[in-house]
Amino acid sequence: MATSTTAPDADRREPRAGSPTRGPARRPRGPRRSLLPYLLLAPAIVLELAIHVIPMVVGVWMSLLELTQFHIRDWSTAPFIGLENYRATLDLNSAAGKELLHSFWITLAYSLLSVGFAWLLGISAAVVLQRPFRGRAILRALFLTPYALPVYAAVITWSFLLQRDTGLVNHVLVDQLGLMNERPFWLIGDNSFWSLLVVSVWRNWPFAFLCLMAGLQNVPGELYEAAAIDGAGFWRRLRSVTLPMLRPVNLVLLLVLFLWTFNDFNTPFVLFGGSAPEQADLISIHIYRSSFKTWDFGSGSAMSVALLLFLLVVSAAYLLITNRRRDDHA
Amino acid sequence: MSRRHLGIFTAAVLAAASLTACGGSGDDSAASPKTLTYWASNQGASLEADKTILQPELDKFEKQTGIKVTVEVVPWSDLLNRLLAAAASGKGPDVVNIGNTWSASLQATGALVEFDDAALQAVGGKDRIVPAALAAAGAPGKPPAAVPLYSMAYSLYYNKKSFADAGITAPPTTWEQLAEYGKKLSTGGKWGLAIEGANPSENAHHAFTFSQQYGGEWFDSAGKPTFDTPQNVSAIKRYIDFMAADKITNPSNAEYAQNQSVSDFANGKAAMLLWQSAGSNLKTQNMPADAYGVAPVPFLASPPAGGKKVNSMVAGINMAVFKHTKNKDGALSFVKFMTSDEEQTILNKTYGSLPAVKTAASDPAFSATEQKTIQETLVTTAAPLPQVPDESTFETLVGTAMKELFADAASGKPVTEASVKAKLTDAQQKMR
Repeated sequence: MATSTTAPDADRREPRAGSPTRGPARRPRGPRRSLLPYLLLAPAIVLELAIHVIPMVVGVWMSLLELTQFHIRDWSTAPFIGLENYRATLDLNSAAGKELLHSFWITLAYSLLSVGFAWLLGISAAVVLQRPFRGRAILRALFLTPYALPVYAAVITWSFLLQRDTGLVNHVLVDQLGLMNERPFWLIGDNSFWSLLVVSVWRNWPFAFLCLMAGLQNVPGELYEAAAIDGAGFWRRLRSVTLPMLRPVNLVLLLVLFLWTFNDFNTPFVLFGGSAPEQADLISIHIYRSSFKTWDFGSGSAMSVALLLFLLVVSAAYLLITNRRRDDHA
Repeated sequence: MSRRHLGIFTAAVLAAASLTACGGSGDDSAASPKTLTYWASNQGASLEADKTILQPELDKFEKQTGIKVTVEVVPWSDLLNRLLAAAASGKGPDVVNIGNTWSASLQATGALVEFDDAALQAVGGKDRIVPAALAAAGAPGKPPAAVPLYSMAYSLYYNKKSFADAGITAPPTTWEQLAEYGKKLSTGGKWGLAIEGANPSENAHHAFTFSQQYGGEWFDSAGKPTFDTPQNVSAIKRYIDFMAADKITNPSNAEYAQNQSVSDFANGKAAMLLWQSAGSNLKTQNMPADAYGVAPVPFLASPPAGGKKVNSMVAGINMAVFKHTKNKDGALSFVKFMTSDEEQTILNKTYGSLPAVKTAASDPAFSATEQKTIQETLVTTAAPLPQVPDESTFETLVGTAMKELFADAASGKPVTEASVKAKLTDAQQKMR
């Protein structure tokens, strides 16, 4: 830390010393000046500590305790059991371990599909709306609506739509269009996974659309003109101009969407009411159930920490690979 | 590690970090001796309805003592979590309603004021309280962790017109009869029995009753879980089979967790319902009291060896005081007020439950058929759920296993002894 903070200071001072004409007189270099950057950083650091780092450390500590209802009021009485919670929750031969693994695969499939579809919809809409036409503003606003709606209100509405007997979805599919003879269940059984996926894509794609639309504003029109002169068609322009120019946006967008979806708690919680069906048992809900519903906060924390490590590895690997590729291209 | 790698690492940590962070609830206990915060459970048709019912009584209390009570009605789906957060953080309300089956679990946190003889005296005396209700207010051998407020039991509600139309003259007294009548009643888009299949607590209450009738127990004498015994497997299968085998329950009920089964009964979509004190709820849904009959919950026609004559849990709501309250005397006087004869009569009459104190039970309001049936069940054939610290975990795990079995039944997957046993074994393995 010490070297990295002094180095920029030294860099800044040198050119100033050589160009006395620039700017007002040099400010005295006292303790006040060297404190200023820290003061400016302090609020961010304090918040970061309070919101991220400290709860994370506490979470790791909890995972080493047998923190059940007997000790929840006074943690100091909770027995330290080392890695026992990890052994119990990650033991793939036990019921708990198998369920966690099942939940992990479900979550992974859910995240990949949700991010994939959200991105596809987002890029399609952004490209379609790239050129001005009548009604573009209205369409833009309309597309962003799911993102602007409060998540609880939106997902509760979905849960009403998807009810078997009284939901609008079955009313349209079965009663009006007559596509099916039997009323299918959407919120239990195998369909529940697809229902969850649809709701998640519906909620997330406007964010992808927003980011990609902003990214497209920065693509210079000359590039398209040049490509057109070279005889490039729509797909060729998309592949050789649009997508490469959107690379920096996509890099961040995909990672953020993946992490959000992987950790998504609100959507399944509101859609299924606390205990999701096995087929849509996302890991965040699984951990919630293990902690709050069975009052075993130690093993809930152990699962969270294991998940944290997984996401850490995924994120680091993703950033490393994408950075290396960028260097290769440069 | 180069600076760029450090940056990548930091970015990855920050991106992934939000996962282990965990929120808490931040209500503050009343600091002034002239105020109290009270979390009431949802007893009426809606949270708003409860507030309207309770507010005049709280105003009365304020007039008597000068203590202002701020009430928040907490829905059942949130109540246990909120109580747990309050217990863990030492912050939150002064006085709370708890489901009586959670008494021992919450007592184990050590966050509730124990009602020893002196504390019971301060709220009006132990002798006034109905003994069965007091037995469901904490672990055996310890001072109660709460004071009974409303007493309830399960009854069988049946639609008189549907019964008459199907030529059935009396409510079923055995499960076999219930299934048989149910088949007659399940025609023309209507169903025999409504079940709250996706509500773990509701499922667990039935798990207890059926298990008792089959001679099973969910915990042994040492408090260890015994979920997957043959008796419990038979008990759970019997209940799920109303949907899976007898087909007298609409498969949609596998989705029900917000009292839709009561609405189905009130709207005539289902002819029978097993519920606690449904009367006041049915009234708000425009079902007049003379449209339905109330009978005791059935038994098995030929109970197996060891089967008990139990057809309901001792259900009810208790009132507890948090140790973290800064106004313990005020809190105890509020409990005394709420369990006074006058308030017991007013509130239980409104909610259709029974007073938890003997002295108020004589009011004519409690001699209606529904209340008489509940009273009779409580006195003769109700048993308290096991008062062990793991009780709330049992409700969650077994109730959720049953929810999954209902989902299987609804989507046409077979529900067999083996599949029931597998679910119960899984649930048991998650206890520790």
